[in-house]
Amino acid sequence: MSEQTIDLKKRRFLTQAKLEMEFKSLPSKTPVSEQTIDLKKRRFLTQATSVVGAVGVGFVAWPFISSWKPSARAKAAGAPVDVDISKLEAGQLVRVLWRKKPVWIFKRGAEANAALSSPELEALLADPNGSGNSKSQQPAYANNTHRTIEGNEDVAVIVGVCTHLGCSPTYRPEPGAADLGGESWKGGFYCPCHGSKFDLAGRVYAGVPAPTNLVIPPYHFVSDTLIRIGVDPAA
Amino acid sequence: MKNKQSWIDQRFPLTKVWNEHLAEYYTPRNFNFWYFFGSLAMLVLVMQLVTGIFLTMHFKPDSAQAFASVEYIMRDVEWGWLMRYLHSTGASAFFVVIYLHMYRGLLYGSYKAPRELIWILGMVLYIALMAEAFMGYVLPWGQMSFWGAQVIISLFGSVPVIGPDLLSWILGDYAVGDPALNRFFSLHVVALPLILVVLVFLHIVALHAVGSNNPDGIEIKKNKDKDGIPKDGIPFHPYYSVKDIMGVVAFLMIFCTVVFFAPAMNGYFLENANFVLANPLKTPDHIAPLWYLTPFYSVLRAIPPMFGSQFPGVVGMFAALLILIALPWLDRSPVKSIRYRSAPYKWALGIFVVSFIMLGWLGMQPVNELNAFLARLFTILYFAFFILMPWYTSIGKTKEVPERTTE
Repeated sequence: MSEQTIDLKKRRFLTQAKLEMEFKSLPSKTPVSEQTIDLKKRRFLTQATSVVGAVGVGFVAWPFISSWKPSARAKAAGAPVDVDISKLEAGQLVRVLWRKKPVWIFKRGAEANAALSSPELEALLADPNGSGNSKSQQPAYANNTHRTIEGNEDVAVIVGVCTHLGCSPTYRPEPGAADLGGESWKGGFYCPCHGSKFDLAGRVYAGVPAPTNLVIPPYHFVSDTLIRIGVDPAA
Repeated sequence: MKNKQSWIDQRFPLTKVWNEHLAEYYTPRNFNFWYFFGSLAMLVLVMQLVTGIFLTMHFKPDSAQAFASVEYIMRDVEWGWLMRYLHSTGASAFFVVIYLHMYRGLLYGSYKAPRELIWILGMVLYIALMAEAFMGYVLPWGQMSFWGAQVIISLFGSVPVIGPDLLSWILGDYAVGDPALNRFFSLHVVALPLILVVLVFLHIVALHAVGSNNPDGIEIKKNKDKDGIPKDGIPFHPYYSVKDIMGVVAFLMIFCTVVFFAPAMNGYFLENANFVLANPLKTPDHIAPLWYLTPFYSVLRAIPPMFGSQFPGVVGMFAALLILIALPWLDRSPVKSIRYRSAPYKWALGIFVVSFIMLGWLGMQPVNELNAFLARLFTILYFAFFILMPWYTSIGKTKEVPERTTE
């Protein structure tokens, strides 16, 4: 190496040749040094390539994002559920799973049913008529004082998921329970997680964390003793 | 030996990396007790990775089998109970260590310029760690796993407009169930650990570029000797590597005591309700997240619903977490260390620590009127620490910072 002399002329020639190869594709035949680069065009091409690339990324991302949506199997498992209420006594509550959520079916006694429309109770509730924030918490056919289908006011069907953060409230039908405020407790549901209170129609008390009434699922009576949850009644 | 070393060095910068980050990485000579927790966090991370890999060999991420497979690990797998208790106690130990590590940053102003990026990377690590811990807690599929997941994921359902769709996208179902468990498993054992390891790497790269802060909050690089070595610096290895080993020994003594004698820590590390199989029909009478998430959970509960939505509470909770990131820019004080700070800052920090601990305690308590009031009071104090910081760090008299470290 030390004895070798570097042939600068040769090197310069090779470098030049390489540069010329690189710019061969350029339209102009003028030597490289005299060419002006069209920066505007270059910027446009960079941006256009970036946009096309971003669209491509979007297309590739979609299957991955989409794979998180409920699968066909999960959707199929959300089919309607039939509940036989022939053995349901007044005051008794049964829980069934519909779309993996607890649904309560319970019979209110005549007294409890009548108490739902008492002004004393309604004064404690945030939205007793389902006309405010709770407007969309039930199907239109159940938007009444009892929050049930007309003609079956004594059988309540309610999704047992607190509208605050999804706990399942406990069934506390006894009015005046000392641990729930004594006189001001008219019977209903109490959520142990954050202290929300609901009456026996699933209507939320004022001043608790839950913002809205409990959800009434679509349901109808297939016969006098069979309820189908998940399907609206035929009009 | 020498030959082998140079053979490697020609192909990989082994000696260079060793010197830059250990043997010739100059660290302030005045580190105290508070400086153990960074290396301890790394130790716990490695421990969680190793025990996690072995637990994954026996665990079944299936809602029908998960609970039983954890019991199988506990009873039938040889030493399985040890792997699981090391992992579950490790999760809580991780947060103990991280909270002390972060408090060290507050004490000595380690987040201040030029270390803002170290602080931000650390905050992202902290948030990723919370996600990792939350998803890990869902896996055993006990009552608290299920209902904890239900509450935390419901938070996303409160987002206006897209909430319900977002919720079913996260869950892959109408409610918490097998798809959620399965994807949380994937995130918990693959995605988040990878992210954590990369973030730890970046955190340390940033730290070693700037150099460590110290209890005096002075820059040791400003005072160098004729060889360009900071006068107040000592090589990390062997000085601090040996010191940190002492910290590791002390830490492991406490850690092993918990693992062997109180792995559930009276319901604080493993909640009692989690020894019962998940039941979507019945919420336990009292539910609370694990202790390390409760301060933020308290903020969530403290903010009442507004406009028929609990979204403001959710925003408040995330704001309480994210506002920490802004710390380097909220602090206007000319000094870093608590030793030379003005009196108003010391008071504010004291109130902040009390608020954070009280919020954490309240988050484990059932709701009643007194607790709700206290949670609101401490939520206001928590946010006041940050919002008023530009003001109270610019008033009051700071002490003069010495030129050189004092110990």
